[in-house]
Amino acid sequence: MNPKELAQKISNNPKFTSGHRMCGGCAAPIIVKTILAATDKPVVAANATGCLEVASTIYPYSSWDIPWIHSAFENAPATISGVIAAYEAMKRKGKMKEDVKFIAFGGDGSSYDIGIQSLSGALERGHDFVYVCYDNEGYMNTGGQRSSSTPLGASATTDPAGKNKPGKQENKKDLVKIAAAHNIPYVAKASVSNLTDLAMKAKKAFETKGPAVLVVLSTCPTIWGTQPKDTITLAKRAVDSCSWPLYEIENGEYKLNYKPANKMPVADFMKPQRRFKHLFVPGNEFMLERIQKNVDSEWEKLRKLCGDS
Amino acid sequence: MIMATAKGKIFPLTGNYAIAEAMRQINPDVVAAYPITPQTSIVETFSKFANDGKVDTEMVRVESEHSAMSACVGAAMAGARTMTATCSAGLALMYEIVGVASGLRCPIVMPVANRAISAPINIHCDHSDSIGARDLGWIQIYNETAQEAYENVFLAVRLAEHKDIQLPVMVCEDGFITSHCVQNVKIYDDETMKKFVGENKPEHALLDLKNPITVGAIELQDYFFETKRQQQDAMEKVPGVFLKVGNELSMLTGNDYGFYEEYKMNDAEAVIVTMSSAAGTTRAVVDRMRADGKKVGLLRIRLFRPFPYKEVAKALSRAKNVAVLDRSMSFGANAPLYGEIMNALYPMEKKPGLQSYTFGLGGRDLLESHVEHVYKEMLAGKVSDGKKYLGLREETV
Repeated sequence: MNPKELAQKISNNPKFTSGHRMCGGCAAPIIVKTILAATDKPVVAANATGCLEVASTIYPYSSWDIPWIHSAFENAPATISGVIAAYEAMKRKGKMKEDVKFIAFGGDGSSYDIGIQSLSGALERGHDFVYVCYDNEGYMNTGGQRSSSTPLGASATTDPAGKNKPGKQENKKDLVKIAAAHNIPYVAKASVSNLTDLAMKAKKAFETKGPAVLVVLSTCPTIWGTQPKDTITLAKRAVDSCSWPLYEIENGEYKLNYKPANKMPVADFMKPQRRFKHLFVPGNEFMLERIQKNVDSEWEKLRKLCGDS
Repeated sequence: MIMATAKGKIFPLTGNYAIAEAMRQINPDVVAAYPITPQTSIVETFSKFANDGKVDTEMVRVESEHSAMSACVGAAMAGARTMTATCSAGLALMYEIVGVASGLRCPIVMPVANRAISAPINIHCDHSDSIGARDLGWIQIYNETAQEAYENVFLAVRLAEHKDIQLPVMVCEDGFITSHCVQNVKIYDDETMKKFVGENKPEHALLDLKNPITVGAIELQDYFFETKRQQQDAMEKVPGVFLKVGNELSMLTGNDYGFYEEYKMNDAEAVIVTMSSAAGTTRAVVDRMRADGKKVGLLRIRLFRPFPYKEVAKALSRAKNVAVLDRSMSFGANAPLYGEIMNALYPMEKKPGLQSYTFGLGGRDLLESHVEHVYKEMLAGKVSDGKKYLGLREETV
């Protein structure tokens, strides 16, 4: 799908409409609209508690023009499992004929942390659905607390940069590989900066029989401390610095979807963001070095897995 | 005695097997469940039915009770007739979603094989699991026997799915005592029971693709309160529907489905109020003491949520002294059933004496000698506002 086609598809058939109360510059609605435009089939969605849910369904309003359910923070995968089971039962009993696609959305808090059991269970059971983690690297709905997706060195309200500790000292959990370890047919990492790539992956995910997982970088201007206008360029820097590589794992086969011509230093991605501000004061250079080293080694490992070395 | 019209055959069954039989006959669209002692054999038996093709049910073999209830919420909101089963730690783990199920008005039916809550860990019967969940907006029916549990599963489906109710129901049986002991159970014929439960026809469903709905929206200071009030309204409609559906079931089985069972209550001066299997032991003592001319009676509560205050008050209006036997505790407060009975008696001008007894925690046996002791105390007018315990090591009873 080329960008023009994609844009037309989104505006012709908005399954997620404007009027919601997400922050200016939030990447999540862009991600949702792009993914939902990637299929022409009817879609039923489940949503974990989080920014997307809270800001899109303030009663009596709803931005969702598709069947949509929210139940709790940690259970969107289990909830959609139940919806799918109902669909299968009704199909078997002849009460439904349509080919329906199922999708669940969750932020990184619900996907990496509190709901990882629910996600793992649903992936193992093999339900035919797409799971989307819009990853803004923290509990942004409640003010930016630390999640296991918060990157090395970032300051979070529950792990703030302090005199004795310059932000988070642990590496980000690798949800893509965790999902892939369930031996599911399709897992991909994508970014709001590369929408045709995201649309292509969403299409594959919808068309895959069985579970598919998309982990999508979702810029959060409010908590990252950046300008709304920079949402896309910033995400692009994450991709170009190889700290957020775009790749997919299809039936166990790794494929690199994008390789920057010139690998950007990861500091160029971090510098404009308030959450990394403390790393750019004298004395914390070691953290920047550690982060760059980490990005480099992960990137080389990934290239190997993708047969690019 | 009502003439029963349903054909049936008597089998020696455990409570759990009888409940699984009811589930087979109901043939729900979705069952999402996780095993936990002593509920496990419900899920095991039903899983075999499913894998042998005896039901059309889609089973979701989840990785926890939290996911069991979450999947049930998804399935029920999708428009499916949905069931699960649990107890104890399982009910505690799903607690958050138990409240979601009633708040979203999911007509889920959940048998509970009552078991103690940790710690200390204990796999045996008391009511602290479901009693602890009494304020989460579920209808709760407590059953004495396997037969009653079996029959009330059907009643629960009709009650839950009734258009004026749309609330989830727990059908409780005593763990091990009822769930695992073999009793004679009359299983009615499939066709009759299938006809009795009928079809689930939800007004709104996620899978109604032409009419997309948003389920589980956020409601803040401006709407939340009204939604909760509507939940209360639905609960208040339960007693009427419970009796109506119970009457229909009664025409088939000949059995009674009232809010409670009265046993030799007409002229009873000393009354025991209790729930579930303890009533069997109590009834035996009533018979023995009645033979000796003692005016003793039993009031066994079936419907605990919503609680039938007025009717209970009326049933107790002729008693001189009432002993309430609770199989759970509310630490630092009145025992749960005792508290409800006290609430029921408050508006009465002439109140009977009232005494709280706690028994049977963690599966401790309730003996006939305990019950007899209680009746003797009630006949002697020994009532106090203190807590008494039955069968405790420290007690002499």
